Amino acid sequence: MTETVQIEESDSWLEAFEALEHAEKDSPTWLIPFRKAGLAQYAKTGLPTLRDEDWRFTNIDPIRKTAFRPTFAPAILEAAVLDGIPYPFKTGNAARLVFLDGHFQKDLSDMSKLPQNVTSISMRDAVAREDLRLDQHLGQYTYHHDNPFAALNAAFFQDGFYLNIPKNLQIETPLHIIHLSSGNDAQASFARFFIRAGEFSKCTILESHHALSEGIYLNAPTTEFVVENEANIEHIKIQDESKQAFHIASVYAQVGRAAQFRSHYLDMGGRISRNNIRTKLNGEGLECVLNGLYLADGDQLSDNHMIVDHSKPHCDSHEYFNGILDDKARGVFHGRILVQQIAQKTDAKQTNKNLLLSDDATADTKPQLEIYADDVKCTHGATIGQLDDEAIYYLRTRGVPKAVAQRMLVHAFAGEIIDRIHHNVIREELDEMVWTRLEKFAHFQNVTTT
Amino acid sequence: MSNKSLLRINNLQAGVEGRAILKGINLEINAGEVHAIMGPNGSGKSTLASVIAGREGYEILGGEIEFRGEDLMDMEADERAHLGLFLAFQYPVEIPGVNTTYFLKSAINETRKARGEKELDAVEFLKFIKSKAKLLDLPEDFLKRSLNVGFSGGEKKRNEIFQMAALEPVMAVLDETDSGLDIDALKVVANGVNQLRGPESAQLVITHYQRLLDYIVPDVVHVLHDGRIIKTGPKELAHELEDKGYDWVIKEAEQPA
Ligand SMILES: Nc1ncnc2c1ncn2[C@@H]1O[C@H](COP(=O)(O)OP(=O)(O)OP(=O)(O)O)[C@@H](O)[C@H]1O
Ligand SMILES: [Mg+2]
Repeated sequence: MTETVQIEESDSWLEAFEALEHAEKDSPTWLIPFRKAGLAQYAKTGLPTLRDEDWRFTNIDPIRKTAFRPTFAPAILEAAVLDGIPYPFKTGNAARLVFLDGHFQKDLSDMSKLPQNVTSISMRDAVAREDLRLDQHLGQYTYHHDNPFAALNAAFFQDGFYLNIPKNLQIETPLHIIHLSSGNDAQASFARFFIRAGEFSKCTILESHHALSEGIYLNAPTTEFVVENEANIEHIKIQDESKQAFHIASVYAQVGRAAQFRSHYLDMGGRISRNNIRTKLNGEGLECVLNGLYLADGDQLSDNHMIVDHSKPHCDSHEYFNGILDDKARGVFHGRILVQQIAQKTDAKQTNKNLLLSDDATADTKPQLEIYADDVKCTHGATIGQLDDEAIYYLRTRGVPKAVAQRMLVHAFAGEIIDRIHHNVIREELDEMVWTRLEKFAHFQNVTTT
Repeated sequence: MSNKSLLRINNLQAGVEGRAILKGINLEINAGEVHAIMGPNGSGKSTLASVIAGREGYEILGGEIEFRGEDLMDMEADERAHLGLFLAFQYPVEIPGVNTTYFLKSAINETRKARGEKELDAVEFLKFIKSKAKLLDLPEDFLKRSLNVGFSGGEKKRNEIFQMAALEPVMAVLDETDSGLDIDALKVVANGVNQLRGPESAQLVITHYQRLLDYIVPDVVHVLHDGRIIKTGPKELAHELEDKGYDWVIKEAEQPA
């Protein structure tokens, strides 16, 4: 294990960048400016503090205090190591893309199940391919002023994946992005994923993050979705990092007319984790669903921060986030629905529910509506509470023991989110995963039969 | 067989936050009997039912409850259920996300387990509940739905009776199961209850209306007022209460003996 040295934050990132700039002398001409823009944005704000409105519930001091180093040298992973990881959909039929510390692992990946006319290529290779014109696409819909981690990703990403699904292609086989972190202390990964779904195309994308060891590392991936008119994307992101690690993911989606974008989030690992989700609803009559479940115990903090930007009329958006928190865990939800003046007939709904299983668990929730159109239907709501005693009593009068009744209610609470996943097999596996994880909570270890 | 005491309540006093609600209830129900409890709003009927069923949050200020010869006071609600007690709620609870079939299977099998009986497997269970569901004329899909969620008032009450039928209790306490039911539903519910009647079981029916008692004919009728049973009589008492209200009973009870 590497030693964690405490130095000024700016030093480590800026120093690392100099080395990168030097190493990339021969890179495409647009890349260094692209990186520099990210770095400049980062340099302007530094890492966020509690004074930043968008980060006021999430204290990232533990990240600030660690001198993280980006992973430049791609390591190679043995197949046997992958086999030992309990990643979801293991036996399912999927095209698998494996990454280690942000670097594509060609030998462990299997793209043979993707149709021929899909462009699927590692980000490292895509950047070098002039015909893909990444300079015109990458970062087109991202912005970093409120998210220094995404800025750092732009500055430091080394690899990741580029996927372009052509018009009309409906891919039945899910695509599974498996991101592994070696788990070395102070190691930082910045994978970059770019996924474009052409008109009328359809695809299920499973993205899961796992650790090979329990170190203090940072994983800060950025995923860009371009969902063209009438396309249908179901995205399921699972975060099962080390309990010592930091996971700050940035997801940007640009959604076109009559398209469907369903993006699900299951957060289980990480000492501090955050999904920073930005969706721009950029065509009429589309549907966008952001649906998340976070499970946290110990001193974990799980944060979901999203802005849904309604910039065209007749769009539906729904954000549902449920958190189950035990011990001293903290849940943070910040959801903003922005309805632009032209976005009449918007139908937007946002709910955040937190279930506290211990007296020390806390949740901060801030659902927000910002509406400039006058003919819209928007609702939001948030709850923070314990298990419903009335419901437990009712179940017990029917002979269901207390411990079983509690599990039923917690399961039901998690089920509200899990049930929204369309893909049957993945949904069922996630249900299992969630349950296995919950059974480890102190709350369920302690409940007696009475 | 007869005169075998199932439920014996002796000078039960209970309340919440220092306020007495039940002020000395004495009630004995024998196997084979149906008792009705009537009384004005707020007299303590539901509180009595809750205390029998084992709801937490009530302070027991004195007295005893014995069921089938066992002291109920130290038993949890689920243990009481395993012993054969069932409470049909005045206001059944909606539980989103808990599937009715899944819940019932757990309720039945936990009860069987506690009684040392073999648990039902999936096939046996489905066959069993389908036969019970037929009795209660419930909507087709209700077994697949979340418990009581989106049910009408009447459907909730029928669901209570359906669960009762499935759990086959020794003693059922029905708290205003008749309110909100139309006459057809009332007959269905009464039929469900009557199926349970037998020499070994008993029912305690809480109601405001004679109309239910036309179908579930009680052996004994009690009037509860201000936390006390102030009158006990034969089934005809229910008719009298329906005609004349409670004032006369209350007056009679207030007369110094
Ligand atoms: N948990 C509680 N907390 C506070 N007060 C309570 C509680 N339960 C019952 N009470 C009070 O005790 C009294 C009796 O209530 P209870 O519900 O038992 O009456 P009831 O006879 O069932 O009335 P109804 O005919 O309206 O159903 C009422 O004044 C009620 O407000
Ligand atoms: Mg009542």
